[in-house]
Amino acid sequence: MFENLNEKLERSFKLLKGQGKITEINVAETLKEVRRALLDADVNFKIAKSFTENVRKKALGMDVLNAVKPSQLMVKIVHDELAELMGGKFIDINLKGNPSVILIAGLQGSGKTTFSGKLAKMLKSKKGRHPLLVACDVYRPAAIEQLKVLGEQIGVPVFTEDGSKNPVKIALEAIRQAKLQGNDVVIIDTAGRLAIDQEMMNEISAVKDAVKPHEILFVVDSMTGQDAVNTAKEFNDRLDFDGVVLTKLDGDTRGGAALSIRSVVDKPIKFVGTGEKLDALDNFHPERMADRILGMGDIVSLVEKA
Amino acid sequence: AKTKESVFTKISRAIIGKTKVDDEVLDNLEEILISSDVGVETTLKIIERIEKRVSADKYMGTSELNGILKEEIASLLEENNSNDIADFDLPESNEPYVIMVVGVNGVGKTTTIGKLAWHFKAAGKKVVLGAADTFRAAAIDQLQIWADRVQVPLVKQVMGADPASVAYDTLSSAKAQGADVVIIDTAGRLHNKVNLMNELSKIKSVMKKVVPTAPHEVLLVLDGSTGQNAFEQAKQFTKATEVSALALTKLDGTAKGGVVIGISDQFKIPVKYIGIGEKMEDLQIFRRREFVESLFS
Ligand SMILES: Nc1nc2c(ncn2[C@@H]2O[C@H](COP(=O)(O)OP(=O)(O)OP(=O)(O)O)[C@@H](O)[C@H]2O)c(=O)[nH]1
Ligand SMILES: Nc1nc2c(ncn2[C@@H]2O[C@H](COP(=O)(O)OP(=O)(O)OP(=O)(O)O)[C@@H](O)[C@H]2O)c(=O)[nH]1
Ligand SMILES: [Mg+2]
Ligand SMILES: [Mg+2]
Repeated sequence: MFENLNEKLERSFKLLKGQGKITEINVAETLKEVRRALLDADVNFKIAKSFTENVRKKALGMDVLNAVKPSQLMVKIVHDELAELMGGKFIDINLKGNPSVILIAGLQGSGKTTFSGKLAKMLKSKKGRHPLLVACDVYRPAAIEQLKVLGEQIGVPVFTEDGSKNPVKIALEAIRQAKLQGNDVVIIDTAGRLAIDQEMMNEISAVKDAVKPHEILFVVDSMTGQDAVNTAKEFNDRLDFDGVVLTKLDGDTRGGAALSIRSVVDKPIKFVGTGEKLDALDNFHPERMADRILGMGDIVSLVEKA
Repeated sequence: AKTKESVFTKISRAIIGKTKVDDEVLDNLEEILISSDVGVETTLKIIERIEKRVSADKYMGTSELNGILKEEIASLLEENNSNDIADFDLPESNEPYVIMVVGVNGVGKTTTIGKLAWHFKAAGKKVVLGAADTFRAAAIDQLQIWADRVQVPLVKQVMGADPASVAYDTLSSAKAQGADVVIIDTAGRLHNKVNLMNELSKIKSVMKKVVPTAPHEVLLVLDGSTGQNAFEQAKQFTKATEVSALALTKLDGTAKGGVVIGISDQFKIPVKYIGIGEKMEDLQIFRRREFVESLFS
């Protein structure tokens, strides 16, 4: 079902041969295709609408170079606009503080625990840090055990309080321990929660207030649909998080949720998860994400050469 | 408390002061459907059907739109497959009814199995679980906790063991115990990973050595908050394992799960269960009318 946007645009521009300018009339059909591509990629309905409106304004009256087809020029406009919206420059994780405290939050099953393990591994091997993983998910069956297994795989200690039902206490005690043991980063894994679950949202707010994290990361499944904006907004309203982690990008999702979240909370996407293994973690590349959402190959570089 | 805005509230707002279904009303309808993850294609299909009815019945007013809309969506869920299932009921047989549960990572497979076990047990069935997710960290422990909670036996091996071998053991044990139903957990896997998808076909064929008609059901679990990628999931899992039923999880959140409308229409696979929480009782039989109703409530 995911057809290449470029092919669609080629088709919608077939009638256009010989016209030298992009006009209101010839752009309408194309914008419809762009909008549809965005919606098929799960970009939020409202955002897709305002996005195509911006593209329309940019495109109108543009001269079509002889060397490129109008469809290609449109693709470039769309792509550049998208890449810009995704956030121009890369913003790294904030590791101030000793220990630097990092709080992980998100919906059920989004990939928080796995990401916690990946981050610990990355900080250990690439930045020479000494992380401590903290198991604050006191609900999910075997959540603590899961984090312990991951910690063992990467040789990073895991702080747990078996039987405790108090994430605030666990987190505070872990930080105390980290200071004693010389762990310079503390990564707090938390239970998955729905944004509308007030009790659980209060709980994570309480953890935040108690430990005053230097960095709060919101973990989201890249396959998420239209609801991504609601959830991201709710979590951001409650936690004012610092960055987003987009998981499961090794699948074939277009990942339009990335654009939706970025537009709605204006927080940078800092990491992407690209597999189940603990080294499958990358920095975020806005350009690649833009290509992906549009389902495009190398059309952009083609236009740039022309 | 939940804060979903009713689709019908939105529609009503959209059509205030209008007496006829016009383009603007249909545009609003499009927004509402797409925002529920119904997807462009299915949305256009629904709108087309409504447009047809509007032009056939020139005097259709906006007050009739709600009813017609519900009817059209329910019929997309209905056209394909039989009726809603009766309850946590199983066909009579002297062999265990084998359910294999599949899906991408983190959608709720293991939790759904725990809930299913509880419901089947409550319905008086003898249940055996099989821990064939031997890959994910602590996946076996997680299912063990569910088995203990529900008090049903679990067949397992160690982490890293061959999942097909676990499935084989589970069916053998279930058969020996005279169990009514066997539920096999599998590791989450993305549908674009060929090797992992082949592994599912292998698990499936190994089970036939014990119970030739197994698996009687391949249950694909979809996360209710997943967008259009759920189509690819349905497609690829069906290719590898002939999915026979769907479960839609996490409907206790704000996501509407509208993507199943298009999926059940296109793939003719019935939605059988919905997950509405993390506790063992939080699983319900899917009821079309109620689902359509809740999509709009
Ligand atoms: N393919 C793939 N799988 C991933 C990725 N990140 C996480 N997973 C898998 O997704 C599933 C859920 O991951 P978890 O880390 O347990 O998710 P969680 O957010 O901690 O889940 P809860 O604690 O239950 O809310 C597991 O099967 C992980 O192996 C990724 O980037 N790619
Ligand atoms: N709110 C809510 N959470 C659910 C529901 N079903 C499952 N979950 C949660 O989603 C998370 C993932 O569930 P699992 O059952 O571990 O998912 P899985 O598909 O087995 O995951 P992998 O084996 O890692 O692929 C857990 O935190 C569950 O408690 C549901 O219906 N509602
Ligand atoms: Mg977790
Ligand atoms: Mg599982």
